[in-house]
Amino acid sequence: MYTFDYQRPATRAQAIAAAGGDAKYLAGGQSLVQAMKLRLAAAPVLIDLSRVADLRGISVSAADVTIGAMTRHAEVAHSAPVRAAIPGLADLAEGIGDQMVRNQGTLGGSLANADPAACYPAAVVGLGATIRTDRRSIAADDFFTGLYETALEPGELIVSVAFPRPARCAYIKFKHPASRFAIVGVFVAQTAGGVRVAVTGAKSRVFRATAIEAALTREFSAAAAAAVELPADDMASDMHAGAAYRAALVSVLASRAVTKTA
Amino acid sequence: MTTESISLTVNGQPRRMDIDPRTLLVQLIRDHLGLTGTHVGCDTAQCGACTVHVDGRAVKSCSILALQADGTEVTTIEGLATGDELHPMQQAFRDCHGLQCGYCTPGMVMSAIELLKHNPQPSEQQIREGLEGNICRCTGYQNIVKAVQQAAGA
Ligand SMILES: Cc1cc2nc3c(=O)[nH]c(=O)nc-3n(C[C@H](O)[C@H](O)[C@H](O)COP(=O)(O)OP(=O)(O)OC[C@H]3O[C@@H](n4cnc5c(N)ncnc54)[C@H](O)[C@@H]3O)c2cc1C
Ligand code: FES
Ligand code: FES
Repeated sequence: MYTFDYQRPATRAQAIAAAGGDAKYLAGGQSLVQAMKLRLAAAPVLIDLSRVADLRGISVSAADVTIGAMTRHAEVAHSAPVRAAIPGLADLAEGIGDQMVRNQGTLGGSLANADPAACYPAAVVGLGATIRTDRRSIAADDFFTGLYETALEPGELIVSVAFPRPARCAYIKFKHPASRFAIVGVFVAQTAGGVRVAVTGAKSRVFRATAIEAALTREFSAAAAAAVELPADDMASDMHAGAAYRAALVSVLASRAVTKTA
Repeated sequence: MTTESISLTVNGQPRRMDIDPRTLLVQLIRDHLGLTGTHVGCDTAQCGACTVHVDGRAVKSCSILALQADGTEVTTIEGLATGDELHPMQQAFRDCHGLQCGYCTPGMVMSAIELLKHNPQPSEQQIREGLEGNICRCTGYQNIVKAVQQAAGA
């Protein structure tokens, strides 16, 4: 690990003030500390957000579920209000990594990291959530811009995420057996704005499967989702799953997710 | 090298020291405090051998900085027994022969305790899934599952 200057601000204002140059925020460390150990990431200044109290917590209203950036996956998974309002979101959090990762990893860290196979991006895009930062609100559809890339500006801090409550939703992940990330994961939601289908693990970033959305808008059934054949040419391909296999998985998992929403 | 001061409680004992900010929690536990019951199996957050409890939450101590545990109460495998009396989970692993080489065992025990905290009566399937962050190269998991079942029944 390269050396760094460690800071542990007590307030959001102090955290933002510390964030100049190549400084990095530290949330759970489940991605960042690993990357720093391997010298794949380095930062002259590390800003530990764990003491900034108002970045944590869950609140549920009639319209949405708002979750603070520093809220850990386990807190979302075990939250009765989240499970009552958006069960698919609690399920998704419960399936991230393993219990130790969930006890440490956070929502904000997961989104800022934008791993192409991460789970939370599928919920954020699938539900059409809004990411609130220290300076603006970003629509889910505009947030993930590429492989490990987001619309966040240097030093921009994710404060919370507002997930609109859908009529129904579900997430199905085809897990990588060792890392437990998604080889492919599909989030299906019936929202006020229509059916949304978000796919993670299959391309360099999370995306909406618009062909499946159209099919499910005509008929919200597992068979309708399964019948859609997606092109494989821009799907990811690696030793774990080829592009054609991933394309097929998207339709299969979308259909299973539809069944699970019932 | 600049150092940062850290104070935390480990197995009930308050500790205060100056460390390199890069020190991982597992290095603090093993190298600075000499508590070598916490093992390092992979060093890449995969195997769970390094699992300890930080303020009652099981975490992989190879994957967080020691400074992230500042001000917390850390419990390692050495802190579970009360005098000569093993923690029920330790006793269950012993009774059920839930180990062979023992390398994964401290992490398994810490993780299994976390599992029962949220789900005191898990099914066999839930035990297997709940321990998915812990890898054992020896036992084939059968007796580990039995041990957790015994501890849950106790
Ligand atoms: C063994 C293992 C299995 C895993 N399995 C899964 C899985 O199945 N699915 C899944 O989705 N994820 C998985 N993960 C990743 C896990 O969810 C991470 O916790 C998460 O990606 C990063 O969250 P963190 O809080 O640890 O962030 P950190 O590692 O602390 O930070 C990650 C990045 O986000 C930035 N950041 C953090 N917080 C903010 C903020 N509030 N504003 C702006 N930037 C911020 C940091 O600067 C850093 O660049 C796994 C991880 C491990 C180790
Ligand atoms: S040594 Fe920490 S998870 Fe393997
Ligand atoms: S007993 Fe040897 S690794 Fe589990």
